[in-house]
Amino acid sequence: MTSAQANAQSEQRPRSAWSVTWRTALRQPRTRVGLVLSGFVIALALFGPLLSRSDPNEFVGAPFIGPSGEALLGTDFLGQDVLQRVLHGGRTLLWMSLTATILGVLIGLAIGMIAGYSRRRVDGSLMWLMDVILAFPQIVLAVVFVSMLGPLPWLIVLVVALTHIPRVARLTRSLTADCVRQEYIEAAEAIATPKSRILIREVLPNLTTPLAVEATIRLAWSVAIIAALSFVGFGVQPPFPDWGLMINENRIGLVVQPWSVLAPVFLVAILAVGVSLVGDGIARAVSGVDERVGQ
Amino acid sequence: MTSAESGLSERTNSISNPVEGSPRRRVVPWWVRRIGGGFLTLFAVSILIFLATQVLPGDAAKSILGRDATPEKLEALRAQLGLNRPALEQYLDWARNFVTGDFGLSLVNNRSVEELLVPRAMNTIALALCAIVIALPLSILLGSISAARRDGPLDQGISVTSLTFNALPEFVIGLGLVVLFATSVMKIFPAVSIFPPEESAFSNPAALVLPAFALVLAISPYLIRLVRASLIDALDSEYVLTARLRGIPERRILVNHALRNSMVPVVHGTALMLAYLAGGIVVIEYVFRFPGLGGLLLEAVSARDLPLIQATALFLAAVYVVVNLIADLLVVRLTPRLRGVGA
Repeated sequence: MTSAQANAQSEQRPRSAWSVTWRTALRQPRTRVGLVLSGFVIALALFGPLLSRSDPNEFVGAPFIGPSGEALLGTDFLGQDVLQRVLHGGRTLLWMSLTATILGVLIGLAIGMIAGYSRRRVDGSLMWLMDVILAFPQIVLAVVFVSMLGPLPWLIVLVVALTHIPRVARLTRSLTADCVRQEYIEAAEAIATPKSRILIREVLPNLTTPLAVEATIRLAWSVAIIAALSFVGFGVQPPFPDWGLMINENRIGLVVQPWSVLAPVFLVAILAVGVSLVGDGIARAVSGVDERVGQ
Repeated sequence: MTSAESGLSERTNSISNPVEGSPRRRVVPWWVRRIGGGFLTLFAVSILIFLATQVLPGDAAKSILGRDATPEKLEALRAQLGLNRPALEQYLDWARNFVTGDFGLSLVNNRSVEELLVPRAMNTIALALCAIVIALPLSILLGSISAARRDGPLDQGISVTSLTFNALPEFVIGLGLVVLFATSVMKIFPAVSIFPPEESAFSNPAALVLPAFALVLAISPYLIRLVRASLIDALDSEYVLTARLRGIPERRILVNHALRNSMVPVVHGTALMLAYLAGGIVVIEYVFRFPGLGGLLLEAVSARDLPLIQATALFLAAVYVVVNLIADLLVVRLTPRLRGVGA
């Protein structure tokens, strides 16, 4: 229902619909807080390796020593510098979640548009296929594939993308189905516009805003799942510094050297919360009117 | 590509003949179709698990044995798993065994998979039930407060808090609880659940507390938002306006009129969360070393225990399908006007 509203709105809006939404979103405190939080972690993950002074796998002292002048966040279970590992440990999480999200959203978008436009049997069977994938809890699907092919980064990206596809496809399908009933689509069909052109030129522009919301939600999920996968030991493999993995490796020392666990936990948490705050801000901006009346 | 083209031509057909297929459909009652659809999904799920575990890597035997693989051992294991036969035959055998309740033997300790699976499943069910029994009333309460005090400071507070918890990965919530209640800050509850999987979880209530609490924190945000949105819809409706004009106290309108009508999406949402629990529980069980299905799955994967992986994954997926099916049937039961739609 709200999606229909959003649709109706974005139709009336001029070309800059997206920038209007974005500006409305930025007016919300939560969007700004979310941008600052996620921006901080993303910057740290991206530039961390440049700030780091030494090799993250270097042994600097005894295991689980508290923060000191030499190692600001202390040492981990092997005696490596926690700070150095934290600085290096974000990039993998970042690129994997981004790629998985983009892939999942694009494929889900394509499937959803085809299903929403074709109705009947193709629609039915595509959506049923989506239900089958949906029947696997995301982490179970990932773990089953990883168990057989090994914890390869590209495989994890593909599997996480796969778990996003049905959710995005369902949303896109309902939006497309709403949109296809509009008169301008009928008009385009009447003058024999090719189907692919209708989907791309007439339908797609109506989907961008709700999909932007969905993509941010998916990104937050990607971060959570990929971090969880390396936490349970099926993601990035040991000598490599990675936040999720660090949390697991250092858990036994939680009482002695809490920083070795808390530092990566905080970073993952801040990133996930930040991204979803931004998503919520955009969502509120999209559903626009009724939210603003309320405030 | 091909599916796109066939999809579009399909649509043109359906336009030229809009009622095609509908008379035949009506003969079968909606609930039979739903249940049939559920079984069909389970069937497809089993194929997917089978493909992912037994066919995809080319040689499951090699990946199970790893470095100890000698040609003789490989041959023996292939024979035991039936890998030396054609894939279709393997699948049919596998599926037949599953349907008849024969889950095979664990490769690690040669105990029957069923023997390992059932007590763990009971523990997981106990944990999930605890979580849902706490989370549901809590969410209805907080969601109602949020809706009644819409956009007030209380609503904003609940909204931001639930958004935050919703975004946090489960293991972060779990570890947070460990830090707060089991190790550094306070030491009230055990950080890990140390009891043999054969024992019932209810006989070790202390071990249930933190994992259940973590799950409550993980699923409540979604339910709270759902209750809030659904209740706000109901409060904006005309029958609520009528009730207000008749001078019925706001509290009674909220509880007797609006809340009752807004429960349908909540039924669906609860089912969704139960289904979600099937996955979220994997990580939470791992955090607390809780002897449940999730832990079992991860152990099985680490040990490359193929029959155990297949059975656990299929069981978890089946939970999702069945719970969703029940929710669908229940929702249609609750809202009779949906019965004709049958989509």
